[in-house]
Amino acid sequence: MTSKQKGWKEIPIAGVCWTPTTEYLTGDWRTFKPVPDLQKCNKCLLCYVYCPDGAIEWKREAEKIEFNYNYCKGCGICANECRQEAIKMVRE
Amino acid sequence: MTVVKQKLLALSGDEAVAYAVKQSDVDVVAAYPITPQTIIVEKFSEYVHNGEVDTEFICVESEHSALTACLAAAATGARTFTASASAGLALMHEILYVTSGCRAPVVMTIVNRALSAPINIHCDHADSMVERDASWIQIYVENSQEAYDSTIQAFKIAEHPDILLPAMVMLDAFFLSHTLESVNVLLDATVREFVGTRKIPLVRSHEGKLVPFKLDPKNPVTMGPLDLYDYYFEHKKQQEEAMQRALQTIKQVHDEYGEISGRRYGNGLIDPYRLEDADIAAICVGSTAGTTKVVVDQLRAKGVKAGLLRLRTYRPFPSQDLREALENVKAIAVMDRSNSFGAYGGPIFHEVRHVLYDAPTRPQVVNYIYGLGGRDMPQTLIHEIYKDLQKIVKTKRVEKPVQFIGVRE
Ligand code: SF4
Ligand code: SF4
Repeated sequence: MTSKQKGWKEIPIAGVCWTPTTEYLTGDWRTFKPVPDLQKCNKCLLCYVYCPDGAIEWKREAEKIEFNYNYCKGCGICANECRQEAIKMVRE
Repeated sequence: MTVVKQKLLALSGDEAVAYAVKQSDVDVVAAYPITPQTIIVEKFSEYVHNGEVDTEFICVESEHSALTACLAAAATGARTFTASASAGLALMHEILYVTSGCRAPVVMTIVNRALSAPINIHCDHADSMVERDASWIQIYVENSQEAYDSTIQAFKIAEHPDILLPAMVMLDAFFLSHTLESVNVLLDATVREFVGTRKIPLVRSHEGKLVPFKLDPKNPVTMGPLDLYDYYFEHKKQQEEAMQRALQTIKQVHDEYGEISGRRYGNGLIDPYRLEDADIAAICVGSTAGTTKVVVDQLRAKGVKAGLLRLRTYRPFPSQDLREALENVKAIAVMDRSNSFGAYGGPIFHEVRHVLYDAPTRPQVVNYIYGLGGRDMPQTLIHEIYKDLQKIVKTKRVEKPVQFIGVRE
């Protein structure tokens, strides 16, 4: 939260969001961090599909997955779904 | 404007409400049947079936779902209506707060019925009184005519862009809901013009744009997802401000309607009867006011300066109007058709006495809990209340500030 919090006269009614949720960096909720082993990864993108936070990106140029640690909450779903056991959850 | 052409129909309270909803150009109705409200939605479903309205009628599996469907529909900008009573309203409790918090102007009729156990289908006000804190406007009516008139007004009040709060209109089970009365109805076109179409204000969206305050894929907005200690308080303050503004809007809409229909209920907030020079007065909501007026007339004929104040709007609470109307009365009896178990009197008593604490004259205020579970409130008992008030004025002493009346020992 910033120190410039708005007053009731300034904010929209009904809890309407006036900023995109991407402004909330949820990465600091994390205890375990997913770390990929790109040697094992076969680029099936199951992890990409399963990540509830859209925190896994597909880098087209480099042809590899990449974690966005600003938003990854460390739930471990990607590691659980990966058939190649290519994602390890490592304590921060 | 002059009073317009009207039709006189024989309608029960429930039918009068259904008729008002039929004329109000409602987009969505979602409801679940419960006695004594069932006739409202049953009658309305006939209108839908016969093609007399183009309303989307959603049959749901519970009252919780009924209000959820209405909330969602209202959030898209639709005019919505539902009705319930007793246990049905209790099951809606959670969603009442979500609806007001999302500022969805749903209109709901409550046919006041006692809460179980033991099961009782008859009139008392416990069901809606417990919901007084839910940020819903609450209007209690005296007769079926007023039920009709207030339902139409409720859409205009709730949907007013400065208000955007849901509204409940309460009528007494069976005394009104199932009793045939002569009801003057406006013509369809008159009601349509009066309620108009819903005006949608603009809000600032997450994309930084000003967009209509409704769920619309063309201009996406997110309503009420999460607020912690950082913003929840601010949103609740906004609701309180809207409630306070509603005092003026209720009066204004009531006046506009009065111009057209020729019917007025006090100033829309309070409805005093022979109160100007009264020494003693009773206060109540709902149909009991009718019987009390007869008693007031009988006392006046004998030279007793008796009056009545019927509270029409309970939320927002018209504290200033109430104080001004009552500060010169010497003794006041607040009649509550519900009990707050373990409290010092009923809910209306709490607020009336509390408001009069600030009056320089500080009238004596006593409380009578009456009519629970539909127990009749005959003239004889109301006479007893006024007799007690006369005694209080004479002796300047209150023996029992809070008592039950009409209960057997
Ligand atoms: S699920 Fe495993 S193998 Fe598939 S892309 Fe993700 S890390 Fe690679
Ligand atoms: S740990 Fe959870 S949040 Fe983080 S990338 Fe994996 S699935 Fe997404």
